[in-house]
Amino acid sequence: MASGAHDPNLNYLNWEKGLWSWLTTLDHKRIGIMYMISVMCFFALGGTFAMLIRWELFSVGKTIMDAKQYNQAMTFHGAIMVFMVIIPGIPAFLGNFIMPMQIGAKDVAFPRLNLASWYCLMAGAAVAFISLIYNGADTGWTFYTPYSITTQNGTIWLVTGAFIIGFSSILTGLNFIVTVHKLRAPGMSFWRMPLFVWALYSTAILQVLATPVLAITLALLVAERLLGVGIFDPKLGGDPVLFQHFFWFYSHPAVYIMILPAMGVVSELIATFSQKTIFGYKAIALSSIGIAAVSFFVWGHHMFVSGQSEFAGILFSFITMLVGVPTAIKTFNWVATMYKGSIRFDSPMLYAMGFIFLFTIGGVTGIMLAVVGVDVHFHDTYFVVAHFHYVMVGGTLMAIMGGIYYWMPKMFGRMVNETWARISFVLVFVGFNVTFFPQFILGAMGMPRRYYDYLPEYESLNRISSMGAWTIGVGFLVALGVILHAIKRGKIAGPNPWNAKTLEWTAPSPPPHENFHVQPVVTAGPYEYR
Amino acid sequence: MSTANTSASSDGKSHVHHHAHHFDSAEHEYNAAKFGTWTFLVTEILMFGGLFVGYILYHERFPEMFKAGATFLDWKMGALNTIVLLFSSLTMALSIYYMQHDNKKMTLINLYVTLACACIFMVVKYFEYTHKLHLGIGPGNYFQPHGHGEEVQRALGFLKDYPNIGMYFSFYFCMTGLHGSHVLIGMGLIIWLIRRTHRNEFSSKYYTAIECVGLFWHLVDLIWIYLFPLLYLVG
Repeated sequence: MASGAHDPNLNYLNWEKGLWSWLTTLDHKRIGIMYMISVMCFFALGGTFAMLIRWELFSVGKTIMDAKQYNQAMTFHGAIMVFMVIIPGIPAFLGNFIMPMQIGAKDVAFPRLNLASWYCLMAGAAVAFISLIYNGADTGWTFYTPYSITTQNGTIWLVTGAFIIGFSSILTGLNFIVTVHKLRAPGMSFWRMPLFVWALYSTAILQVLATPVLAITLALLVAERLLGVGIFDPKLGGDPVLFQHFFWFYSHPAVYIMILPAMGVVSELIATFSQKTIFGYKAIALSSIGIAAVSFFVWGHHMFVSGQSEFAGILFSFITMLVGVPTAIKTFNWVATMYKGSIRFDSPMLYAMGFIFLFTIGGVTGIMLAVVGVDVHFHDTYFVVAHFHYVMVGGTLMAIMGGIYYWMPKMFGRMVNETWARISFVLVFVGFNVTFFPQFILGAMGMPRRYYDYLPEYESLNRISSMGAWTIGVGFLVALGVILHAIKRGKIAGPNPWNAKTLEWTAPSPPPHENFHVQPVVTAGPYEYR
Repeated sequence: MSTANTSASSDGKSHVHHHAHHFDSAEHEYNAAKFGTWTFLVTEILMFGGLFVGYILYHERFPEMFKAGATFLDWKMGALNTIVLLFSSLTMALSIYYMQHDNKKMTLINLYVTLACACIFMVVKYFEYTHKLHLGIGPGNYFQPHGHGEEVQRALGFLKDYPNIGMYFSFYFCMTGLHGSHVLIGMGLIIWLIRRTHRNEFSSKYYTAIECVGLFWHLVDLIWIYLFPLLYLVG
């Protein structure tokens, strides 16, 4: 092992062989690739449900499925995309692979725990899919009581699956916190860490502090089903709104678990493809921490119409608007970085710019929803659906795609086909806006979310939306082709094809098992361009 | 202590611990492991935190019902378990101390005592649980007292005044159940430590696992110290 480490032909992909060596690997890079494969499979599945939902909503009345099947498709689309795609998407996949390299470490602090967290995700997903045998689940991904304790039996399996997946997230977060604190290369001070690392560090804090609350909430929900403990059940004096409080105490920070790493990726992309020192490094780094801190005190904005006190509503409304401040700081700094930079419009940069555009729309509509009076009208309409898809898909998925294309040379030593990568971007970007912009209008007109059917006057906008969804579908199929083609026969990339300045680009592509042949010593910041 | 040290190395079975490849030194590895354990304890506190928040809310809403429910718990049993767990925390700490001084024998004795205390705790808990479930004093929907005796009569009486008294026992069983599962996990970990100590895997230079399990064990103890007054002494 030690002697092979310096053989230039050996890298993390070929230094051990066989499926078993992958399933038992402790190498953060291999675990990252395992996450990549599993997240892509889950994404295909969740995306298929999305396509079916949009197909059903193409016309008034029954199109391809009945109301019961629709509810299940909607539940599985949400649960898969949230718990199995977007939450592990950037931290566990890109973060696992790139973050230790960016701080000059040989691995994460606890490699066995890292592998265990992948198995948690797999086990949780398996348990979640068992629910399909038991009539499926139809609660939506939020599992609101009292419906979730009275509906069919499959729900309990989906809840248990989400509970197990939660441990995957906790363990990854714990691992990353310790890694960032303890395994930085000599000279890598906190203020020299790449912004992707800062973003993952903030995310990890959220994962560690918020996810256990989801764990106990879901455990109590299962106990409610099995024993009727009554904590969320009004029949026993319990309070269903307490479930909402508990659930959103996790799930609102979870929204930032999904978006913060994406912001980290975008910071890397903007700096590299502008070939310019990032503007406001400290401000971007600290705004990640700021978003993480504020995110714990905004959960009530999901509950403006749930019967919480007016005073609480006003307070939550105000704090929610505060989130806009660090977010705007980031956006401002990204644009300022691009100003007078030597911008190259390679496909990762297109995704980064797509992110800024779409995420800004998502963010500003978020501020609109934070206004209590406005939210009473928009609550549970398609306006909300459009808002969070602009943030989650327009934000996080754009960043994942940009990140994959950007780090493809590092992960597999090969470049993506630029032409096709750009075609996939155009399809996804255009399709995305065609899908979700009409949903803002539908929501403002009053079309409720989650419903199986709608009034005839909503039909034309729904048709546009569905056609946009299929365009996104085609775009992602093209992207899949681009990725697979790059892995198999992409142009060989050198160690640093983008002329980036962060540490991972000083290692060979693909990197050897221990990442660097010589332990790097850091003497400068991460974005020393000019 | 020096004798223990030489006896451990002279029998030829002593293992030298090699730190993992991504750490600079054993000290580095030890610090990371300890930091990781502390972070893990934070997640534990937040997980129990959900139950504590629920307890506070409903205690505020139904104070009389909680008082009535607590009359079914025997504070003597709770106190006994508190003393047992506190003592086990001491022996756990001592086992670390002795390993820091290469005293394998005393480490083992203290680990065995810790394990025995955990067993006593679980046995007491077992008798408390079975007694209640036997009388039909269960959580939530399973609060259906039946049979004879003063306790059953009292339970049926309370059921008239506080129809949702089952909720008190929901909290009782969920909180002590989650805590009990942690005790069981802790017992598994202590057995693992005992086996490794027997195999001479620890020394004053490497005792990370004992230290980390110790931290976990103190947290399990600490949570019980909160559970005892909240559940047993609230009446």
